[in-house]
Amino acid sequence: MTTTSPSAPGTDTPALAVEGLCVDLTTPSGTVRAVDGVSFSVRRGRTLALLGESGCGKSMTALSVVGLLDPAASVTGGAVRVRGDDTLRMSPAQRRKLAGPVLSIVFQDALTALNPVQPVGRQIGEPFRIHRGLSRRQALEEAIELMTRVGIPEPRQRARSYPHQFSGGMRQRLLIAMAVALAPDVLIADEPTTALDVTVQAQIMRLLRDLQDERDMAVVLITHDLAVVAQRADDVVVMYAGTVVENGPVHDVFDAPRHPYTRGLLDSVPEDSVRGRPLPAVPGSPPELSAVPSGCVFQARCPMVRERCVQERPSLRTTGDGRTAACHFSEELARV
Amino acid sequence: MSESRATTATSGPYADDPRESPPLLEVRGVTKTFGSGRRRLTALDGVDVRIGRGQTLGLVGESGCGKSTLARVLLGLERPDAGTVRFDGTDPFALRGKDLLAWRRRVQMVFQDPFASLNARMSAAELIGEPWRTHRDVVPDAKAREKRVRELLSLVGLRESDAHRYPNEFSGGQRQRIGIARALALDPDLIVCDEPVSALDLSVQAQVLNVLSELRTRLGVTYVFISHDLSVVRHISDRVTVMYLGKVIEQGDTEDVFERPQHPYTAALMSAAPVLKPSRDARRREIHLQGEIPSPFDIPTGCRFRTRCWRAEDLCASQTPPVVTRGTSDTAEPHTALCHFPLEAESAWA
Ligand SMILES: Nc1ncnc2c1ncn2[C@@H]1O[C@H](COP(=O)(O)OP(=O)(O)O)[C@@H](O)[C@H]1O
Ligand SMILES: Nc1ncnc2c1ncn2[C@@H]1O[C@H](COP(=O)(O)OP(=O)(O)O)[C@@H](O)[C@H]1O
Ligand code: SF4
Ligand code: SF4
Ligand SMILES: [Mg+2]
Ligand SMILES: [Mg+2]
Repeated sequence: MTTTSPSAPGTDTPALAVEGLCVDLTTPSGTVRAVDGVSFSVRRGRTLALLGESGCGKSMTALSVVGLLDPAASVTGGAVRVRGDDTLRMSPAQRRKLAGPVLSIVFQDALTALNPVQPVGRQIGEPFRIHRGLSRRQALEEAIELMTRVGIPEPRQRARSYPHQFSGGMRQRLLIAMAVALAPDVLIADEPTTALDVTVQAQIMRLLRDLQDERDMAVVLITHDLAVVAQRADDVVVMYAGTVVENGPVHDVFDAPRHPYTRGLLDSVPEDSVRGRPLPAVPGSPPELSAVPSGCVFQARCPMVRERCVQERPSLRTTGDGRTAACHFSEELARV
Repeated sequence: MSESRATTATSGPYADDPRESPPLLEVRGVTKTFGSGRRRLTALDGVDVRIGRGQTLGLVGESGCGKSTLARVLLGLERPDAGTVRFDGTDPFALRGKDLLAWRRRVQMVFQDPFASLNARMSAAELIGEPWRTHRDVVPDAKAREKRVRELLSLVGLRESDAHRYPNEFSGGQRQRIGIARALALDPDLIVCDEPVSALDLSVQAQVLNVLSELRTRLGVTYVFISHDLSVVRHISDRVTVMYLGKVIEQGDTEDVFERPQHPYTAALMSAAPVLKPSRDARRREIHLQGEIPSPFDIPTGCRFRTRCWRAEDLCASQTPPVVTRGTSDTAEPHTALCHFPLEAESAWA
């Protein structure tokens, strides 16, 4: 599909490249590292999934990229390159200019992400007023067109309604409409369908796919659902305790994981299971941020753990074409 | 009460033949509405369900279809407007006083949110033993209670030393184990699990599913297992009941329903759920359902699924669909669906 050769300048630059991102979090009991050296990149037209269990730092990573981190958290290292420029070095005003036309985010909870006391047509039209200087009337027309595009029935009438007057699925469509209004290069979707029923989830996923194709967007899809990743993403970044433990093309990674955690997650899916037979579960649960061990982050739950894992944190090493994993013994997984 | 439990648990000549053994629970024509006048909604509409002893019944359907309401009826917490509930032959809604208390002990619940459902100020041991305060005769003396708490902790895969820890010291999966131990404290016949693993991460979800399966093997517990996750339901259930807008629209043995769904909604639900390995279901086909679930205040005439059904015809709007049964000789209970134009067994469904 992508036929860009390395020699063609410009075309190969990722739409978004996150490099060694670190985020610290101030808590009552001290500072903890919530995101620890996360790197990934995604090109236009491609979908990258950030996969991991709750609390592993997916949302913090996303919020750092769009500059919407909570005051308790701060980026302490790394770079977030958009069209090649590091946004972390930009002024707040410069960054605000990117929000919408270049980078955009869809949150899980549309009800809190939308303004409850403003008609939705106004909200969806707002980016056009701010970034393109359209009049209120013109912005409303654009909003209605977008509402039509994302599948809101009777958009002209519904533009006057308030967020709570829509179903969960329709609100998510509204949020998506707002996020794609200015045709961003990169759309980050943080668990966009987690709260929705499957038939509605499928509709929203198709909508996102269609919009991505139409607008040639890069999509960063944040999810804890392996099946969603398998179905929807090109590449996957598996996170654990604030770090990237494995990274690569989805099919390669899911077919033959090179990190015991990825392997454990895949085995835990009850899809191929035999009824009545125990599922191969990963024992224990992820560490608290304040108690992430100094060696391998996964050591407490890893079936392959040994002395070296306790002593030394494994760095991400190449394990195949376009693939990396942070495990001292990933070759052993390759053999089984 | 404990007498009758002992006799029914070893149901003699029927024990191995589910076809003959009377169901532990039988629900017939249960209807439940909420509100009144124009604001009356029908949460359950003529629901029939049978659950055999030791079986696990999976209950699936999108939010608002009535799963939790049915669970509350089974627990005796919600009285149906119409229809009957028979638990081991008894109508729980006819019981009073001591009899009701004795019955309550036999049916327990595990909730979705282990954080919200546990009192933060009680230790694990206190939480697990709390039901004994109401049901005093189950484990009468303090020494025996301590011992039983330790047994229960180990049954659900926790350590004895966990007895004196508090909910905030436990992870989500551990709290759910405490919730399960607490449900087990009264040695129930039936445990209703309402989305018990939905709030848990995948790796932890597998642990909790394993605990539930093991308890079934070891103690012979019967489960009603509610989940919106089809692969979880497929893993754990012997039979599956699919609901839509308050009605059971399909019911049958798990593999029958998953492999050969009859109702278009069931097929659509399965098609919509993303799967890790699409190749497993070679006959899978994409069904794109339009629209969302209609309001329960305004249920469509005829077949309630018709506003989203890709097979709908005029008949579906004017006439309530019949119950269709696909015979399978070797199963105890038939595979039924509510549809004018059910899918063929051999059709590529989803
Ligand atoms: N505003 C906050 N204050 C304190 N801790 C937070 C805050 N936001 C996130 N955290 C903590 O940071 C870690 C990473 O969180 P998050 O990025 O939201 O995880 P994910 O999105 O992967 O579930 C978690 O341990 C979470 O508890
Ligand atoms: N106590 C109640 N009062 C009014 N309506 C209720 C009540 N409980 C449930 N409902 C309604 O009944 C329907 C079924 O709800 P529920 O059984 O919770 O569905 P599910 O568990 O399948 O999501 C929904 O429309 C819900 O809003
Ligand atoms: S480095 Fe050691 S503990 Fe970590 S994942 Fe690899 S084998 Fe397991
Ligand atoms: S009765 Fe008609 S509308 Fe209802 S499910 Fe069957 S085909 Fe569809
Ligand atoms: Mg998150
Ligand atoms: Mg419910």
